[in-house]
Amino acid sequence: MSGVNRRGVLAGLTALGAGACSDLHKTKTAQDVFRTAEDWHRAAHRLLAGRERLAPEYRPDQRSSDMRGNGSLTVDSDFYREQLANGFADWQLQVTGLVAEPLSLSIDDIRALPQRSQITRHDCVEGWSAIAEWRGPQLGTLLDRAQLRPEANFIVFRCADTLYGRPYYESIDLVDAYHPQTIIAHELNGAALPEKNGAPLRMRIERHLGYKHAKYLTAIEAVATLDDIGKGKGGFWEDLAGYQWYAGI
Amino acid sequence: MKRHALSTRLWHWVNAGALVVLFMSGLTISNAHRRLYWGNYGFDPADAWLHVMRFPGWITLPARYNLAAARDWHNTAALVFAFGLLAIWLAMVANGHFRRDLATSARDWTFGAWRAALAQKGTAGMPYNPLQKLAYGALFALVLPLMVATGLAMSPGFEPFAPWLVDVLGGRQSARSIHFITTWALVGFVVGHVALTLVSGPVRLIGAMVHGGRREETGA
Repeated sequence: MSGVNRRGVLAGLTALGAGACSDLHKTKTAQDVFRTAEDWHRAAHRLLAGRERLAPEYRPDQRSSDMRGNGSLTVDSDFYREQLANGFADWQLQVTGLVAEPLSLSIDDIRALPQRSQITRHDCVEGWSAIAEWRGPQLGTLLDRAQLRPEANFIVFRCADTLYGRPYYESIDLVDAYHPQTIIAHELNGAALPEKNGAPLRMRIERHLGYKHAKYLTAIEAVATLDDIGKGKGGFWEDLAGYQWYAGI
Repeated sequence: MKRHALSTRLWHWVNAGALVVLFMSGLTISNAHRRLYWGNYGFDPADAWLHVMRFPGWITLPARYNLAAARDWHNTAALVFAFGLLAIWLAMVANGHFRRDLATSARDWTFGAWRAALAQKGTAGMPYNPLQKLAYGALFALVLPLMVATGLAMSPGFEPFAPWLVDVLGGRQSARSIHFITTWALVGFVVGHVALTLVSGPVRLIGAMVHGGRREETGA
């Protein structure tokens, strides 16, 4: 084969690749490769950063001027509007699923738990970042009080908001659930959590991108598998648009 | 002796494929938020140092905007690119390609050497001329590693392992900006690389990068 032919073949393959790539991501093979790559990234991060290493925390003067709201900016229900007006006096957070002692906590109950404050950076999958101070109890505290059962492998976050007609939800594994910076935030920059940022309660899962940080939190559910929830991919954006369940990249 | 070792040839084409995927999917990711900032945070248009154009579908991957698919392409190709870079570094140090053909000495850093390289007629033999050494050296030692470093610095799962990396780069949004700028430096290299190949005997040079070619010593 002459060099010219080789070049032609290479150019042809490149063009074919570029053209076919447009829809190639939908094939089973591509999805298998992508999920394998995602698993490798997660395994590498877990190996390097371990269970406990913290995301960076910042000084108060390093905060951004605002914490941008994105995705759902409110909950479209009469109950939510009424609760927003009265300081979420009747809001309850359920801790359910594979736990020995299910809990139902009011906002005051949550404020009475040991608290963690952290000034951390929020990285959106779109590319922007904001820095703010969050305060709330560690998720691990709630799971311990509810006595997580050994069959539990994932923690699912149920939310009051809907997007495109579907309820928002998210999920993480137990390493992230017991990470010290995984908190249920009820305060942002020293004030009650604003409406656009998920009032009255939202998750902070600092080693993940923003779409994992479920807002307008109503329940925390311990499960063995994610298969039966939503479309089975572990979260709202994962189900709807194929976002990566591991959002540490 | 062949002009290009098997490791060089394999890496060259695998890396070229990875770069095409990374570039095109990266443009989709850029389209998701078309502003660049310095420092650790940034979301406000007023804080942006650059408002980036929307890249059209014919040059993005996938062609129709899909951030999740673009991130799948990007993060998969990134593994090929990063571990490929590590592999070619190990290979070219081990097989002597780096020391023999790429490493510069003091005389490669003079204007006279650069003028002589520019005046050179026809295609260069081995080892490379001083300008080639500097170009490939900058590519392997600076540009390609910087793409990996700035990419890693944007990952919130990697950052707890090496927070200093984000600090050194000036913050997460700075890392994102440098990733974008370095992309275009790399595009500039590829354009120059392909152009020089086309004007200096494309059949022989591209053939050599496929089957290895024959090493011609310049005796420099």
